[in-house]
Amino acid sequence: MKKKVLAAILAAAMAMACLAGCSSSSEEASSDAAETEEAAETEEAAEDAEAAGEETAETAPAADGELIRVGIINNDPNESGYRTANDADMKAMFTEENGYDASFAYSLKNDEQITAAQKFIQDEVDFLLLSAADTSGWDSVLQDAQNAGIGVILFDRTIDASEDLYLASIVSDMEQEGQTAVDWLESQGLEEYNIIHIQGVMGSAAQQGRTGALDAKVAESDNWNLVTQQTAEWNSEKAQQIVQSVIDAGTEFNVIYAENDDMAKGAVAALDKANISHGVGKDVIIMGFDCNKWALQELLDQNWNYDGQCNPFQASYIDEVIKKVVNGEEITEKTIILEEKGFDATTITAEDVEKYGI
Amino acid sequence: MADKKKTMGSGVTAIFRKQIFIPIAALLLLAVFNLIMDPSFFEISFGYNSAGHPVLTGNLMTILDYGSEVAILAIGMTLVTAASGGQDISVGAVVAIAGSVILRVLVGLGGDGTLQAPIIVGFLAACGAAMLCGAFNGVLVAVFKIQPMVATLILYTAGRSIAAWINNNELPSVTDETFTYFGGFIPGIPVPTPFFIAVVCIVIALLVLKFTNLGLYTQAVGINAESSRLNGLNPTFIKWLTFVILGLCVAVVGLIKTSRLSTINYSVIAKDIEMDAILAVALGGNVLSGGKFNIMASILGAYVIQFLTTTLYKFQVSSDALPAYKAVVVIVLVVISAPAVKEKIAAWGKKVKAQKGDA
Repeated sequence: MKKKVLAAILAAAMAMACLAGCSSSSEEASSDAAETEEAAETEEAAEDAEAAGEETAETAPAADGELIRVGIINNDPNESGYRTANDADMKAMFTEENGYDASFAYSLKNDEQITAAQKFIQDEVDFLLLSAADTSGWDSVLQDAQNAGIGVILFDRTIDASEDLYLASIVSDMEQEGQTAVDWLESQGLEEYNIIHIQGVMGSAAQQGRTGALDAKVAESDNWNLVTQQTAEWNSEKAQQIVQSVIDAGTEFNVIYAENDDMAKGAVAALDKANISHGVGKDVIIMGFDCNKWALQELLDQNWNYDGQCNPFQASYIDEVIKKVVNGEEITEKTIILEEKGFDATTITAEDVEKYGI
Repeated sequence: MADKKKTMGSGVTAIFRKQIFIPIAALLLLAVFNLIMDPSFFEISFGYNSAGHPVLTGNLMTILDYGSEVAILAIGMTLVTAASGGQDISVGAVVAIAGSVILRVLVGLGGDGTLQAPIIVGFLAACGAAMLCGAFNGVLVAVFKIQPMVATLILYTAGRSIAAWINNNELPSVTDETFTYFGGFIPGIPVPTPFFIAVVCIVIALLVLKFTNLGLYTQAVGINAESSRLNGLNPTFIKWLTFVILGLCVAVVGLIKTSRLSTINYSVIAKDIEMDAILAVALGGNVLSGGKFNIMASILGAYVIQFLTTTLYKFQVSSDALPAYKAVVVIVLVVISAPAVKEKIAAWGKKVKAQKGDA
């Protein structure tokens, strides 16, 4: 018994030391970054801090001897490459080594997700992590969670419910993604933009955000035209047919703005068939979203021009929020926007493909 | 002179009565519509694709290309419809399974895209998997007497998850160029390969129907399973067999689909293709409750559907509105083939004839 207490105290001391070390090192790093003014270094520093954070997480459970129980409700990982990466990221973060006891539930249907949430509440998890299939219908179940003292954290998708019902919401800013892409396209300085716009499933947040920015730009500029604007419902075959029909009609175009990588791929297949050149310095500019590894490889090979990121790596953000709550800290921001980039084929590197590819 | 008129008139009604009249009429209607609206619809141009191979492009080629997938499925779907009086709605999901099996065999887990096995081996494995799925559906329908649509609902729901599981949720892609021939062009031949594949499938199907009793037995079982049993047929086996044949058709489509982009996305590949296949059977004038059938009419129906789709794309109809147009076609067809309407038309036809006779 005595030994156990001793071990616990030692472990706690080690954890404290680690925390101290971590804070000082990140301070150093950030002052370095300030000197050199390089964003990359702050990123590294952030990673250092994260790594250190993980170390403390490893020792912390030994200190209080209890795992944090989380119930994770996600969409079906088969849905897309994005979801697969998201799920893998969650599974890698919420492990016993990191101090978590995680249970997972998957469904693309809202009612099934709500049932899963109710089950997690009955099981008395500490935190409920939720990527909702649909925005509505969550009020009562989240109220139940709050009454049971369970912290709710939304990731990837927001819901129509009072902000008081959840601790934080970690989301992508789809409007920003669209804006970044449109700004990039504008920076290409073409005389005329004849765009084939291939949309995702109509009404989805990603479609609305990515369409909105382009629509606004086309409306305000005379030299931006939409040759066609069609939904391919994230489906590469449909995208191929849509582009094929434009080619068959003999209409001129020089930009393909596809709202995800799969659809861009389908569009490119149609171009290849008609021997229309595409990529850096070629006839048609290809733009995609989501940063699949193979898509970034296409950028690296100069076959595509642009790929916008939709960041699926939310686990570390969630982990941070949970750590804050457990340590009794205040959460200042309800909505945490993920950092997202846009990649240009002329500047992308092989490291980017490895690091950001999903 | 009067005699000649009479024979001509009866010839016209004979064509009108023929089952294949419906898809031919639909095809002509679409063709005339396009001819009036924009004759350039029929233009075909010769060029080279980015790999340097000669290709023919144009709307008609697109119709031959994409219509062939549904045409191949229509062969199997017609047989299933005729024998079991129901439809298989798991076709799209099983295409995903077949495609997944092809990728798994050709690339393997975590492969870099180079071929690990000959393409024919991948295709045969896909045939095995798809026929197994067909056999599963067939057992549920033929042995356990479950409604075909309910029985195939199982794979419809689970198929895409199974497809994802086969490749461990990865999306491998084949880099070998020969693999693209099946959904694209064979070097030197400017007509899309799927069309040739469809022709081969159609010829095989017609030969089988001509030289075996499959067609006759299928009709007999579809019209009355009990009396065909009393006549020494095995309705259970024949129903089961039609589902297995459909499975084979599905595997062929899986190969074409996978070859088009050298990879597939399990959740969306061949989405709703089963509805097109069923619509093709209906357009072919086949009775959806089983019995008599005409495979050529179904195949023609498949190309009509693609003709409609391509026409709508050409006129920039929003692609999520396409199902609505197809729905209109279905409604018109169902109404025309309803017994009440048929009687009315027949009565009207007689009246016109009688009037002519009087005059």
